[in-house]
Amino acid sequence: MQHKVIDVDDVVIRFAGDSGDGMQLTGSLFANMSAIYGNELSTFPDFPAEIRAPHGTVSGVSGFQVHFGSGHITTPGDFCDMLVAMNPAALKSNAKWLKRTALVLVDEDTFDEEGIRKAGFKTMDPITELGIEDRTIIISPVTSLTEESLKDSGLDLKTIHKCKNMFILGMASFIYSRPVGHLYDYLDRKFGKKHPELIAPNRKVLDDGYNYASNIQAIANTYTVVPAAMEKGTYRNITGNQAIAWGLMAASEKSGRPLFCGSYPITPATGILEELAIHKYLGVKTMQAEDEIAGVCTAIGAAFAGDLAVTTTSGPGLSLKSEALGLAVMTELPLVVVDVQRAGPSTGIPTKTEQTDLAQALYGRNGECPMVVMAAHSPAHCFDAAFMASKLALEHMTPVLLLSEGFLGNGSEPWRIPSMKDYPEIRPPYATEEDLPYKPFIRDGKTSARKWVFPGRKGFEHRVGGLEKSPQGVLSSDPLNHELMVKARAEKVARVADAIPPLEVDGPASGRLLVVGWGGTAGHILSAVHDVRKGGKEVSRVHFDYINPLPANTGEVLSGFDRILVCELNSGQFADWLKVKYPGHEYLQCNKVQGQPFLVQDIVDAIEKAL
Amino acid sequence: MTEYTFQDFKSDQEVRWCPGCGDHAVLAALQRVMPRVCEAKGCRKEDIVVVSGIGCSSRLPYYMDTYGFHSIHGRATAIATGIKVANPDLVVWQACGDGDALAIGGNHFIHAVRRNVDLNIILFNNQIYGLTKGQYSPTSRFGAITKTSPYGTVEPPFNPGSLVLGSKGTFFARSLDSELKLNEEIMLAAAVHKGTSVMEMLTNCVIFNDGAHKTISDRATRADRTIVLKDGEKMIFGKDRDKGLVLDGLKLKVVTIGKDGYTEDDILTHDSRSDNLGLHTMLADMKYPEYPVALGIIRNVEAVTYDSAVREQVGEVTARSRIRCMDDLLCSGSVWEVK
Repeated sequence: MQHKVIDVDDVVIRFAGDSGDGMQLTGSLFANMSAIYGNELSTFPDFPAEIRAPHGTVSGVSGFQVHFGSGHITTPGDFCDMLVAMNPAALKSNAKWLKRTALVLVDEDTFDEEGIRKAGFKTMDPITELGIEDRTIIISPVTSLTEESLKDSGLDLKTIHKCKNMFILGMASFIYSRPVGHLYDYLDRKFGKKHPELIAPNRKVLDDGYNYASNIQAIANTYTVVPAAMEKGTYRNITGNQAIAWGLMAASEKSGRPLFCGSYPITPATGILEELAIHKYLGVKTMQAEDEIAGVCTAIGAAFAGDLAVTTTSGPGLSLKSEALGLAVMTELPLVVVDVQRAGPSTGIPTKTEQTDLAQALYGRNGECPMVVMAAHSPAHCFDAAFMASKLALEHMTPVLLLSEGFLGNGSEPWRIPSMKDYPEIRPPYATEEDLPYKPFIRDGKTSARKWVFPGRKGFEHRVGGLEKSPQGVLSSDPLNHELMVKARAEKVARVADAIPPLEVDGPASGRLLVVGWGGTAGHILSAVHDVRKGGKEVSRVHFDYINPLPANTGEVLSGFDRILVCELNSGQFADWLKVKYPGHEYLQCNKVQGQPFLVQDIVDAIEKAL
Repeated sequence: MTEYTFQDFKSDQEVRWCPGCGDHAVLAALQRVMPRVCEAKGCRKEDIVVVSGIGCSSRLPYYMDTYGFHSIHGRATAIATGIKVANPDLVVWQACGDGDALAIGGNHFIHAVRRNVDLNIILFNNQIYGLTKGQYSPTSRFGAITKTSPYGTVEPPFNPGSLVLGSKGTFFARSLDSELKLNEEIMLAAAVHKGTSVMEMLTNCVIFNDGAHKTISDRATRADRTIVLKDGEKMIFGKDRDKGLVLDGLKLKVVTIGKDGYTEDDILTHDSRSDNLGLHTMLADMKYPEYPVALGIIRNVEAVTYDSAVREQVGEVTARSRIRCMDDLLCSGSVWEVK
């Protein structure tokens, strides 16, 4: 067979196996290797809620998709060019994601009668049963090849089996012409200190996998994906959760306010707390509270005492924090609340992504209780979003709710490292001696924010709390005062619109159709719009990072179009918000509530229909 | 000589508790002891924060001319913890009721004690929900007839002391609202103590639970039904100072000095500073009529506080780190150049 090396623009690989097979690690290593090689990329971990679901079953399949290319990569990709299936269950649950031209790599050793039966196949011929016999299927005994590779290593069988993913990585590296040097470095770092004896065996399996792939005749083609023409600079790979943590730390540095995070572990937000806990050396205080309510309440206490206070959570945790968020609104303290959304309601599907907490973020509190609501639109954007959430909270003396998504929190992309000097200053409205005698709810003429004083400052002693007060800070149940204060709190949040950037329309400022999105769907919508334009049709796009208040030019932008298509991973919560704020337009919707990101095709279809 | 008088700690707000409510006396003790607290702690008025939740007693921060935070039901402990961790130099007081701290806020309460956050918690225990007008609380006696238990409660109450000491609390004291002098001493010791100091004040709700503590608080019988524990002093009580506590096997026993061969030498000597959690627990658990109810400082031991440990850890890792700022961090680890 003639071996060909083919240049391609982009490739999607999906690694799938048992949740104990190390597929998340395999996928992220392949991603890091591709990033350092110079490709643009986007990743999508798709794993079950169970830490170790029953072995070999479809419910226990864990997947990690990597999309890398030489052009601009905005999504983890809908369908894959290569699927690695470590067992029959992984093949079964992922076959639907195969492109017609896809390459499938399976571990033959797991395709025995028991494995095939456990995966729920009706016959002993999974390939035919799935109707994928026209794909290129490489059936390799990965388990036994790994055993053979390490038979003289002195390692026990369990440890040897843990090295299977290195064999796969070696094979994938050959097929996609990746240099494995970076993986050597990784192994040195991972095992260097504690288990140096594992470095050599892992390297050997990696090399053996690479060589095996180059020797077998089954692989007709290998592929090269040349480095992308990326902007000059220093890059690193970053996940959304990590970027949020770093964005908060950056805001702490810029504002000079120490960072305090009170949180309770919850999927998929825990990574933020874990990340912050690492960086105590930059003065970060993290507190793993006894529950979600204590998480937000310790943060409110820290805000009163003068810290940049943060609490991080996911949907069910946000529900638990509702009452305390009302207290933060009432006391007008700066607080950043991060909600990494997951499929709900209730416990829902904890590891799957969704945008279904928007209504809760906007309305989910007693009384009229507005706060600033923002959304991050990509893993790397989480840094800027967290920085801006902190800046707005501190400068406008208000809680700010930043919506992320499981898709962003766990997903990663290369990020051109910024310099802190490129970020704006953060200047909280501290009270001065001129504000004496201090009245806590007297407002700034421009922002309508109150002045901030924290304990320890002589002459400014004051009390705050959940009870309604007059602007002077005196308890009041006077009806007119109450209405005045309700309006003042709303006005303060509304004026944040003066501090946020206007919407930028991608495409002509007027036309037949405007495609609208918010949050983590940005990449998919962008790809879909590009696909439609390639077909010669004109369509414009706008993406909202700020939801409450909406950017000042929102009405003007919407007015330029005949129809507005709102795409979101819920049943229409943002569409409802726009309809209330800007009625009189023809709104169409593209929705999905499956715990999965959009496929680019979903949006393309909706656009075609709307045009 | 302290620079403050108790007047400095009275705010201009009108006190709105019912006439005859036990909370008035506790507030008075707190305001009166504050000058001494500032002197002992070397702190100033502006370093003091009073935090509360919801309930009658939680109005207290408005009456103190200090920094104050009147928060939401049950959460004062968590808010106070956040304040103290953010700035360990502040002296943080918390006012809470039995419903606030032990029902809706029970979780935060035991975890603050477990962590030993340096808070001074005054627990106003009137065994009733007053602000909502008379429902039973988690400290209401078994069988208490209230608006939500017209046929009597069928649940046993918490003893706050058992909760505190069961959570390995480092400071627990108990007193009656009317014991102004003792309460000042308890509050001063609590302020000086580093860690969570819980002061259970048995307060009287004149409207919804009048006389709840009368069995032990009545002047005529108080000396026979309570024992005021003082460090280094024998555990002697009674109108005639003739009764005392001894250890009988693993249990406490009330004896009469001069009877059954017991002399004053046999009587236990109180030591709140002792490590003996078992004995402190037994003292805190004593119930009338089998025992006198223990008043005074039952336990007062030293342990590392959470807030100081957080500060120390941040200091240690900061000193060790080569990464000093965000720009350092951003460029650390696995990065690559695109040229």
